[in-house]
Amino acid sequence: MAAPYDLKDDSVVVIIGSGAGGGTLGNELAQKGIDVVILEAGARHEYEDFINDEWDSFAQLAWLDKRTTGGGWRVAKDFPNLPAWIVKAVGGTTTHWAGASLRFQDHEFKALTNYGKVEGANLLDWPITLADLEPYYDKAEDKMGVTRTHGIEGLPGNNNFKILKAGADKLGYKECHTGHMAINSADRDGRMGCQQTGFCFQGCKWGAKWSTLYTEIPKGEATGKLEVRPQSHVVKIEHDSSGKATGVVYADKDGKLHEQKARVVAVAGNSIESPRLLLNSHSSKFPNGLANSSGHVGKHYMRHTTGSVYAIFEKPVHFYRGTTMAGIVRDEARHDPSRGFVGGYEMETLALGIPFMAAFLDPGGWGRSFTSALDHYDHMAGLWIVGEDMPQEQNAVKLHAELKDDYGMPIPDVWFTDHPNDVAMRNHAYAQGQAIYSAVGATRAFPTPPYPSTHNLGTNRMSEKAEDGVVDKWGQTHDIKNLFVSDGSQFTTGGAENPTLTIVTLAIRQADHIASQMSAGAI
Amino acid sequence: MVTIYEMQAGLSRRELLKRGSIGAMLVISGSALISPRNAWGLEVTALKPETMATLIVLARDIYPHDQLADRFYAIAVKGQDAKAGKDAAHKELIENGVADLDKRAGGAGYRSLGWEDDRVAILRDIETTPFFQAVRGDLVVSLYNQKELWPIFGYEGESYSKGGYIARGFNDIEWL
Repeated sequence: MAAPYDLKDDSVVVIIGSGAGGGTLGNELAQKGIDVVILEAGARHEYEDFINDEWDSFAQLAWLDKRTTGGGWRVAKDFPNLPAWIVKAVGGTTTHWAGASLRFQDHEFKALTNYGKVEGANLLDWPITLADLEPYYDKAEDKMGVTRTHGIEGLPGNNNFKILKAGADKLGYKECHTGHMAINSADRDGRMGCQQTGFCFQGCKWGAKWSTLYTEIPKGEATGKLEVRPQSHVVKIEHDSSGKATGVVYADKDGKLHEQKARVVAVAGNSIESPRLLLNSHSSKFPNGLANSSGHVGKHYMRHTTGSVYAIFEKPVHFYRGTTMAGIVRDEARHDPSRGFVGGYEMETLALGIPFMAAFLDPGGWGRSFTSALDHYDHMAGLWIVGEDMPQEQNAVKLHAELKDDYGMPIPDVWFTDHPNDVAMRNHAYAQGQAIYSAVGATRAFPTPPYPSTHNLGTNRMSEKAEDGVVDKWGQTHDIKNLFVSDGSQFTTGGAENPTLTIVTLAIRQADHIASQMSAGAI
Repeated sequence: MVTIYEMQAGLSRRELLKRGSIGAMLVISGSALISPRNAWGLEVTALKPETMATLIVLARDIYPHDQLADRFYAIAVKGQDAKAGKDAAHKELIENGVADLDKRAGGAGYRSLGWEDDRVAILRDIETTPFFQAVRGDLVVSLYNQKELWPIFGYEGESYSKGGYIARGFNDIEWL
């Protein structure tokens, strides 16, 4: 059973957030016999509670606390209070993610070295390499049951994939398959295989898709060394006069504040809430926020260069049937500046139901140009573009100057503007995506703008030197030894790959480091 | 709440002429809108019935789908009446917005313009106004989130209770 820990117990590791980073770290530490309290802002919904309905599920799972956004991106105009589509629930965004689990490519860890200086971008090499992470990628893939690794079969392709594959073949693309997915292609690890239900974004009601909610968390709880406290929204991290983190203040479901003491604090609230919390934890000793001597907390917000291409065919497709992200083309993920941009991108199938297609196909769009597209909904195929975007200093999560949340803390204000490299990449990807569909007879195609961000990265970035970032190669903050960052905000650069596998990989590796530092008495 | 109700019987031709029709389809009767041919009605509580009738036409002009009956649009804009009942500022926004449409249309008002293109030309001029944005922003959810409408577009909705599509055509494409 889950261990209940006393608020005054200062021997525990407190993890803020229960998603890919926090949920994994919590289980890994508990397996090593370390006492862990995970504070999760959202409620606990088990997988049978998930809802096969887009808006109802959105109301159940999405992080809807007020945020503001600005900058040149279209999301600021179309979704001014929803910069990101991420989750507030136990399991975090691993309840919502599609399951694509791709390793970073070697060259992506050395973006500055390999791409050279890009004007207007603050590229930096990661302080770690692919070789450093490979053993941990291996563990993560095994843990998550990633298809096409560890002898696990690929998923069968649905109609949306078959169209992608036929078009990719015609274009001469070589690497197109049903992906490396953390979705069981057969029963594994006590969870069943994919039933091709669709609604991956709404939480998998079969538990076939990996989520910390029904893997890491119950496994950790079974050790008796992990307590997950839902509806516990952390508002501040406390420290002592020496600058060491000593505990966190959180609001319970009734808004009542408590302080949980801690030996170690790990922040894993995703790339908007994590920097917000560090900034909101400012004190007389740290007037610019915790772990922010470099001034980099909240900066270099990345969200991947994304977009979608939907296309209409003469005959039916029914693309919403089956796995939402049912296949991938990887050929454009390479770094090849002859295309007019640095870095690369992936193309992955995607399908939305009618309610979300109406909301996202052309946000704000109306009239017959818009509705005639929806009229052929069952003749549609679609793909999503995910590519490396440039870290830019002015793209940042800031504290709102006036607006505050229910607990009196400034809300996050998310600023983003595309870099010219992002625009060039997206335009290239739009053209290639449309070419794939034209090759199999599409009669009309729609280059669809980016949705609110699901891949939020980089706001507490990892750096060799303390002046270049917030955390070191272990995710340990440069400034405070017992304060860690355990989510995608650590990413130095974004790579072209969906980030979850790398977040899980870093968390497994970080758990080893925390355990060894604790046993050495260093923290 | 949506209070679309089924009508027991259609109105006589004489009644129709007396009450005046909206386009060829909707009739205003007291505080209700009635679709005699399709046998449904809509009770209006906060907005003027004429305003609601215009909202229904406006909704179709914003998201025109010729295969959808008026009742889907009526259900979709019913929330504007409910919101107007709770929020005086919203009521004013809608009433003034519709009055502005009628003024721009001239003559017998927005609903009397026979061609969609003529109505849409007016909408293009006001598409950035808070009125238009309030109607469109609500409509994109209230129209397309009606489950009864999904099959018309070939969307099957919830699939978990049917065991997903693993045995129901997830890979049944034959024309490739």
